[in-house]
Amino acid sequence: MENKSRRSFVKKLGVSVGAAGLVGGSSLLSSCNQVETTSGDTIKLLTSSGELVEVSKAQLKPADMPNLTEQQKRGRKGLPGRKFVMVIDLSKCRNARECMKGCQKHHQLRPEQHHINVLQMQDAEDTAPYYMPKPCQHCDNPPCTKVCPVNATFKREDGIVLIDNERCIGCRFCIAACPYSARVFNWFEPRDAEKYEGVTYNIEANVPQKKGTISKCLFSADRLRDNKLPTCVSSCPNGVYWFGDQNEDAVTNGTTHETVSFSKLVRDNAAYTLMPELGTKPRVYYLPPKDRAFPFQGEIEDHHS
Amino acid sequence: MEKTKSPEESRKLLDKITFDLTRSIVKRDELTHFWYFILIMFAGVGLWGWGIQIRDGLGVTGMRDYVSWGMYIANFVFFVAISLIGFLISSSLHLLKIKWSHPISRVAEQVAIAGVALAGIIIVNDMGRPDRFLNVFLHGRFASPIIWDVTVVTTYLTISVLLYYIPLIPDLALIRDRGGDDIPKWKMQVYKILALGWNGNAEQYKLVYHAMRVLMILIIPVGLSIHTVTSWLFAATLRSGWDTTIFGPYFVAGAFVAGAAAVVILMYAYRVRYKLGEYFENLHFDYMGKLLVFVCLVYLYFNINEFWVPAYKMKTAEGIHLRNLFVGSFAPMFWWTQMTGLIIPIFLMLFKFFRKPLPLAIISVFILIASWLKRYIIVIPTLEHPFLPVQNVPEHFKHYSPTSIEIMITIFSFAAALLIITVLAKMFPVITIWEYAEEKGVNKEILSEPKK
Repeated sequence: MENKSRRSFVKKLGVSVGAAGLVGGSSLLSSCNQVETTSGDTIKLLTSSGELVEVSKAQLKPADMPNLTEQQKRGRKGLPGRKFVMVIDLSKCRNARECMKGCQKHHQLRPEQHHINVLQMQDAEDTAPYYMPKPCQHCDNPPCTKVCPVNATFKREDGIVLIDNERCIGCRFCIAACPYSARVFNWFEPRDAEKYEGVTYNIEANVPQKKGTISKCLFSADRLRDNKLPTCVSSCPNGVYWFGDQNEDAVTNGTTHETVSFSKLVRDNAAYTLMPELGTKPRVYYLPPKDRAFPFQGEIEDHHS
Repeated sequence: MEKTKSPEESRKLLDKITFDLTRSIVKRDELTHFWYFILIMFAGVGLWGWGIQIRDGLGVTGMRDYVSWGMYIANFVFFVAISLIGFLISSSLHLLKIKWSHPISRVAEQVAIAGVALAGIIIVNDMGRPDRFLNVFLHGRFASPIIWDVTVVTTYLTISVLLYYIPLIPDLALIRDRGGDDIPKWKMQVYKILALGWNGNAEQYKLVYHAMRVLMILIIPVGLSIHTVTSWLFAATLRSGWDTTIFGPYFVAGAFVAGAAAVVILMYAYRVRYKLGEYFENLHFDYMGKLLVFVCLVYLYFNINEFWVPAYKMKTAEGIHLRNLFVGSFAPMFWWTQMTGLIIPIFLMLFKFFRKPLPLAIISVFILIASWLKRYIIVIPTLEHPFLPVQNVPEHFKHYSPTSIEIMITIFSFAAALLIITVLAKMFPVITIWEYAEEKGVNKEILSEPKK
């Protein structure tokens, strides 16, 4: 598949550039001071505009690591030209919870904090119960970003709703505003706070987490920048998740790596969004839990205890 | 206004009024010390709790990811609510040329200042990162109701302080010139400074009247806004129980009930403690009782709308919320607030006997308690029932109950509010002397002449 091959290509490039950065970094730089014209060695590099170029090693100069504000600036802008979208196939979910585990690891969350939560649902008394993974819906009309007093949470041009925990004042208005209960708060010091002390803040993964600030699902924006699928999508063993770009009209399954047309997938399977009557316009679509691959097991937890 | 008296009579009367109304400033006995001690101790304990909260995070409270606003927000709404009485009594009634409420104006302003100041403090206490408070100004987004709230609360505080201070200036000059020898020296010094060289000429009075009038008009939109915007913090969300269009007027009506009750309690306390029976007369309590009946009826009307209309339909999420209030875990609190905060007081206050000072003060205490509980059940039950089920979290995430730290900080806020009111009452007369004397027939020349 075209998409797939491109991804692996980019991946290889990423590896080589990364290696060049790491190994080459110090040694090359120290050497390039001394040997300015002699060496004929060249190296392949990917420019920021996506072009592959070959340069002489002698011309390498240390690049500034993106500092905090630049990272935040980049994180606020998003990936140009993209419109990320997720499709969750409820007929495939069997409550394996690998998505939840992967997510909590990636975003350094405590066990009770969920960016994605697999809920047990039952729509009416006589209908069958089913499992429903619930990440942030990344609404196109997000009630949460509207109420933020300091612009700490915001909608990017690629459709992702992010949180800047360097700016969040912890008023929790966004929690109150979110009808999907998608947001969590750091009520205490975050998990392994000592371990991550002094680590530069990565806004696209919202790590390290900070006490007294909000955290939420970010569609693993840091992985998207590296052309990888979100953690939950890749972790799923059952093919529940499709993820992709609405502009390309393509979504890839995190388990099978099959890529299909987004519009055809949602059209053919009668996809729906959660609580459309609220006008939030979610970017997460659900395929109905019919012909379920795995039966619902155990007792359903009381919805509104 | 009574008939103008002879200069001799006027001087005697003015001396008596000044003597009576400075009693609160002079009086300093065991009870004063004890009262200060209690307030400072409770406020101190609360501050200690606040320290623990800053050290360990908001996790020391009972709030969690689902019920993420708790008692602090209820306190905030309560303090904003009681502060609204300042605008009703010292502005609206004044502008309507209602005379009986004049001596109560300053008490109402005391409540307004204490309430709105504590609202400001307690909301900072609810922040996860109080150290980033300045972000509100550095990165403020005007689309957020919180920014509107910060704007109107600070404006209301400013106008309330001015509305307290400007009519106070002639009084300060009066005490500076005619005050008894028993007033402590340092207080006299303060009056001298704060009186701003007032000498009571016509020009100065004109300025005071003009400034008061401007402030009284300005405070109307600001006063209405502060509680309307506070209600929008809830009404701007999609949650059942908050997602309603009448929250603005509903909150304003409720605020008048709470504030009027607070004013009655203070009037009674001053009347008894500073022997001001001639100033806070039975007539004032009678009228305040009637005012309370009126605002309670308005609030009852809004309550009926707020609960009856959705209860008739019982939409899914709304139905869960209402069942929880009517017959569920919040039912005792709900019916307590409706009965002791509205229905029984309305009924009792229809009788003249219950509008006498002591019965009215007791009823007001019940109304004030119910008002606080009412804010509690406006904030918490809605959050306990989000649209999607609450699952895969520890049991204590599902139901909110305040922790001892929250209770300590709540007590701090009440102690601090009472402390502000007490300091104001001990520093400055609780009734505007010059206005009162003038209404009793003392003319302005007498007011501004020095004692001897």
